[in-house]
Amino acid sequence: MTIVNYDPRLVKSKNPYPKGPNDWKRFFSFNTDAKVIGIQYIVTALFFLLIGGLLAMLIRGELITPPSDLFDPTVYNGLYTMHGTIMLFLFLFPILSGLTNLLVPPMIGAPDMAFPKLNALAFWLVPVFSIILLLSFFVPGGPASSGWWSYPPISIQNPLGQIINGEMLWIIAISLSGISSIIGAVNFVTTIIRMRAPGMGFFKMPIFIWTVLAAQLLQLLGLPALTGGAIMLFFDLTFGTSFFRIEGGGDPVLFQHFFWFYSHPAVYVMVLPVFGIFSELFPVYSRKPLFGYKFVAVASFGITILSLVVWVHHMFYTGTPMWMRNLFMFTTMLIAVPTGVKVFAWIATLWGGNIRLTTPMLFCLGGLFNFIFGGITGVMLATVPVDIHVGNTYFVVAHFHYIIFNTIAFGIFAAIYHWFPKFTGKMFYEGLGKVHFALTFIGATLNWLPLHWAGLLGMPRRVASYDPEFAIWNVLASIGAFILGVASIPFILNMVSSWVRGKAAPPNPWKAIGLEWLLPSPPPHENFEEDIPTVLNEPYCYGLDKPFVEDEQFYIEKSLKEH
Amino acid sequence: MLTENQNLTLNHKPGHIKHDGHNMTGFIIFLCSESIIFFAFFVGYSVLKISSPVWYPEGINGIDVKMPLINTVILVSSSFVIYFAEKYLHKKNLWGFRIIWFITMLMGSYFVYGQYVEWSELSFSLQSGAFGGMFYLLTGFHGLHVITGILLMGLMLLRSFLPDNYKGGEMGVESVSLFWHFVDVIWILLFGLIYLWQ
Repeated sequence: MTIVNYDPRLVKSKNPYPKGPNDWKRFFSFNTDAKVIGIQYIVTALFFLLIGGLLAMLIRGELITPPSDLFDPTVYNGLYTMHGTIMLFLFLFPILSGLTNLLVPPMIGAPDMAFPKLNALAFWLVPVFSIILLLSFFVPGGPASSGWWSYPPISIQNPLGQIINGEMLWIIAISLSGISSIIGAVNFVTTIIRMRAPGMGFFKMPIFIWTVLAAQLLQLLGLPALTGGAIMLFFDLTFGTSFFRIEGGGDPVLFQHFFWFYSHPAVYVMVLPVFGIFSELFPVYSRKPLFGYKFVAVASFGITILSLVVWVHHMFYTGTPMWMRNLFMFTTMLIAVPTGVKVFAWIATLWGGNIRLTTPMLFCLGGLFNFIFGGITGVMLATVPVDIHVGNTYFVVAHFHYIIFNTIAFGIFAAIYHWFPKFTGKMFYEGLGKVHFALTFIGATLNWLPLHWAGLLGMPRRVASYDPEFAIWNVLASIGAFILGVASIPFILNMVSSWVRGKAAPPNPWKAIGLEWLLPSPPPHENFEEDIPTVLNEPYCYGLDKPFVEDEQFYIEKSLKEH
Repeated sequence: MLTENQNLTLNHKPGHIKHDGHNMTGFIIFLCSESIIFFAFFVGYSVLKISSPVWYPEGINGIDVKMPLINTVILVSSSFVIYFAEKYLHKKNLWGFRIIWFITMLMGSYFVYGQYVEWSELSFSLQSGAFGGMFYLLTGFHGLHVITGILLMGLMLLRSFLPDNYKGGEMGVESVSLFWHFVDVIWILLFGLIYLWQ
């Protein structure tokens, strides 16, 4: 029988808790605590969500009328390029890194990440490359204007002949973002492999940990290919090489291979953690064990492996031979199997459950609904004839946003609400949360559902002016986009006011199972410190008479006492 | 806050998580990822070589293999030499380690010198079509890794003079040695691709 009366490291340490857990200044410093870094990531990313969203509303403002009256078409090119780049590299990747940083150590019982200093470095690269990217608005010629995929020969034209140009800054920013992601990925994978609590075998890990592992392995396998391509693009742009220039014996399609070899899996890097969030939240709010835990876990790796061999489906109409099209159509459709397993498991978990419609659950249900819709249009797009017909139209844009916003961002909002009490120690306002959900769901649906019709009728993407026959769909979409803009107001209001003056949160407000819920809210500096629980079962045994950890009562009482 | 817990008792021995010793795992993961950049360049080289109607720049039919072959022999043998340096360190023979380790550094430096001589004698440049770009990109990117390896070895050599530094762990030396083997294997692939496949 061990009596826990002090933390040995605290007594030995020269400067115990150098910065108290409630010191707000640590959020503005080079702090190595994963919980601080997580919040730094999330707040930074949400700031860029506002900037990216502002650009989106400018784009929708331009498209509400058929002629290009609000902006010059050249400016419009810069707007959609920066919108896409900011949303992906400055909002989605950092916010998911933030959630991963917050959740991985407590969920596996680790005190911190394996490499805390590298972790802080990975975060502080975000403001650096963000500033570089935003500075490109002020260089002669404006920001990069060749779309977020930056295909040569458009991207390497450099019409003004400036050495420092928007495209160059874009490549530098993307490469720094890649370095930050690789540092993060090495850190996450090492932490998950080596620092799990005793008893937590792979098949007792939470699904979120499974999906993070799958997603971060995908980063490690795919991202270097994009980095390689970006280096070659940089050389072509700046040093006059001919990797992608036809006239010098190069091949522009080669860049597309490099780009999509990473950038298709990148979508899975973003969506896999969201699948993890769905798998965590559905059991909590329907009070049932996750259906088919092992299948859901393994399906994550099925997605990882398959997503590495589907990239050519983005290139069905760029001179790809027929055998290659058929092959990649087949592999792309195969991805529907592991994702189908997951969707089936979530619905089976919900089936007959005791469902609580809290804000996080609403976002999860909305995200699942949208994901099924976006998944179906995804299978349509995987079909070669359909893709050749609707490729580069608004159908693709609509499908992409159904996944990237209506699924991934919904899942992120669900996660923010669900774990907000845990990491801030405050409850959020449920009413404001529901208003946020309603506005987001209505806005998102109104924004992207009509664009499917515009695309099927043949409206091309990336144009500032269009035929008046598409006007009605664009008016609807623009109204939806403005509603989405309004939806950010209750969200910001809720987050800021709850954190400042919200009700104190109990350690386990949702009555959820999981190591993080055995900690006080907010968790202490090193989570469980030296008393790391021994895990007995996977964290989904709702309604079953199975203990989660050894000596559960001790941890519950301890968390209540410190609360 | 923690003193209040005195009456809370734990009925089992609390678990333990290692706080350190993750560096090697992290480094191996990083090297696997790093190799994909080279892999991407190799694939790019092969695709361009196969699909390009004119490969070598005008007036060039191929590249001389003799100088790079000497370089290859030096680099590959340095991988064996570094292995013996590590052996000496494990046997706590610090001076043996330092001398053999320094010989590895010299071999690496000779490789960089040989690369420099080869570059300065070539009649094509970075801008000479897809081949020129690919040649300098691949050899240059690999050369940067060799230089990084030498600098890291220098750092490890300096650290061996710190008192008691290598008593407990030799993690830094092991990582640098692993990095050196990695650079070596990449070079063998690169040599086959550029110099043997003409």
